[in-house]
Amino acid sequence: MSDTVMDARPASGTPASPRLASRHLPRWSPLAIAAGAIAVAAGIGAGAGLSSHIQWGLIALVLFVAGSYAITARVEGRRQAKDRVATSLVWSSFVLAVIPLYSLVETTISKGADVIDGTFLTHSMNNVLTIQPGGGVYHAIIGTLEQVGIATVIAAPLGMLTAIYLVEYGKGRLAKWVTFFVDVMTGIPSIVAGLFILSIWFVALGKAPASGFAGSLALALLMMPVVVRSTEEMLKLVPNELREASLALGVPKWRTTVKVVLPTAVGGITTGVMLAIARIAGESAPIALLVFGSAAINTDPFHDPQSSLPYYIYEQYNNGNQPSYDRAWGAALVLIAFVMVLNLIARFIARWKAPKAGR
Amino acid sequence: MTTTAPPPTKPEPHRAAKTVSRPGDRIFAGLARGSGILLLVVMAAIALFLTVRAVSAISKDHGNFLTTFEWTPSLNPPVFGIAVLAYGTVVSSIIAMAIAVPIAIGIALFITHYAPRRLGGPIAYVIDLLAAVPSIVYGLWGALFLVPHLRGVNLWLNDYFGWTYIFHKEDPNSAARSLFTVGILLAIMILPIITNVSREVINQVPKMHEEAALALGATRWEVIRLSVLPFARSGIISASMLGLGRALGETMAVATVLSASPQLSGHILDPLGGTFSQNIVAKFGEADEFGRDALIASGLVLFLITLLVNGAARIIIQRRKEYSGANA
Repeated sequence: MSDTVMDARPASGTPASPRLASRHLPRWSPLAIAAGAIAVAAGIGAGAGLSSHIQWGLIALVLFVAGSYAITARVEGRRQAKDRVATSLVWSSFVLAVIPLYSLVETTISKGADVIDGTFLTHSMNNVLTIQPGGGVYHAIIGTLEQVGIATVIAAPLGMLTAIYLVEYGKGRLAKWVTFFVDVMTGIPSIVAGLFILSIWFVALGKAPASGFAGSLALALLMMPVVVRSTEEMLKLVPNELREASLALGVPKWRTTVKVVLPTAVGGITTGVMLAIARIAGESAPIALLVFGSAAINTDPFHDPQSSLPYYIYEQYNNGNQPSYDRAWGAALVLIAFVMVLNLIARFIARWKAPKAGR
Repeated sequence: MTTTAPPPTKPEPHRAAKTVSRPGDRIFAGLARGSGILLLVVMAAIALFLTVRAVSAISKDHGNFLTTFEWTPSLNPPVFGIAVLAYGTVVSSIIAMAIAVPIAIGIALFITHYAPRRLGGPIAYVIDLLAAVPSIVYGLWGALFLVPHLRGVNLWLNDYFGWTYIFHKEDPNSAARSLFTVGILLAIMILPIITNVSREVINQVPKMHEEAALALGATRWEVIRLSVLPFARSGIISASMLGLGRALGETMAVATVLSASPQLSGHILDPLGGTFSQNIVAKFGEADEFGRDALIASGLVLFLITLLVNGAARIIIQRRKEYSGANA
């Protein structure tokens, strides 16, 4: 609308320099430039005979950025023009990222929902030919629950104890080493954890591991540093006054830790453990090396191969035919739902049990 | 934690009172310390086992472990090397970083500075959740959705940028199961992680700095360039390194998408090559005991690379802590 906006003048009444009253583009100008860019891009695209509409869109984007820079630089100055370019780049990076992530979720849900029904969730792949439709993920769900459960039973107490050591007891060289190696452990690729358990298994038992338990050990290895880190952060948040008050009453240190410190931090610790569970539930590489997968239901995690949801997806994908792809999408949806539910519960607990700030 | 205290000092300031040694205390402290020591033992065991097996495999290798292309430990004499795998791992990770880092910074800035406030929170939450999507799901989506959809992009790059050598495609009609596609998929995978960490760092930029810049008449971009990015730079770098560590070690997403072959080519659109973890999963099924040791040797190299990357990230974070502690 108005091309010029007058700034407040100094009280002395001296005439403001024309610099202070800078010119502004009207608010609708980005829209106008966008419309122009799209129109010109459509013209170029149709003229040059470009078939892909993605190319039209890219040309329009480039025109829009260049056009708004040129016009703003003329009217408002170079600094404002740069600002506009930055704004459009930030917006377009957001849009650019949303497209694949949205497509991932949308594809999984729409393809998975077609497959999932009562049969899919309650049947295994036993006696189902891979080229046939039918079969299900029941055995994989059992495998995932058992493997993740055992891994949690191993890793959660160890991780929490290590964190307690680091926060409540740890000073000096040992604590420093532990802190450093927790960091190192966080970065272990899952396939390397699998290889490690594999080589230990061979040395200790002299045969290939083919049980859910071996997979659990690798998962525990991946889970432990995550639990240590999150528990450590939570324990550090517990105010020292609570510990001192308890100790001043003559309560032994271990009871102080168990009865005062841990209950105060329990919300955050639970959240951390659940997020760690959600992370390892999706690991497939160690399972491929250690558990091998099986088509039948195997409820015994200590003997014979089992399946697991992520491994099942990999297996079905490798079958390379449409019914298997459908099953893979179904299992992917089940897995995502499982992980998301864990995440949402964890976040809910975090909010519910969050230490009240202040008093 | 940063100051080095002599080992036996107790952390709590109640030392003046003569502490009675109770059995419960000793047991609990022992348990806690024991699990810390166990962690160290496990790490030492990992390093030891992998190294022993790897050395025994490499010593029998009749090719040069570093420069051989093929991975055929079952041959007599065995010949295997990591040249193709190292190249593929590095190239796909570089592509992933080149795409993911600028976009992730863009999204982080979008959430913190550009989006309407009512939108920013939910978007951050959703991206947080996306970071938890298992990698095999990305792999499935990449193989069944991304690969066919990237065909056109591949052809276009070949048509217009084929002269750069990098984007030349030997057989324009082959499927897009190339290192380039793997790089794009890895970029999409690590995007949420880098975004989350960067967003947290950007949120910690003191409001005073930004307001000071605004008061001097800076535009929004200048505020970001002058007060936000300098403060958040090291945090963003370490976030990227964490993402890089993830990309280097990623197994399933690569194994499903890449059509692997022991060839090394500068044409990143050609469907060939391999990465460390993809090779391990692909070759594991047919490997005998010696073959497994050979795979363990390649796993050790991957472990060392990720160790270096993560270590560098930690050092940067550490330095940042001191910096922000002096500044906050």
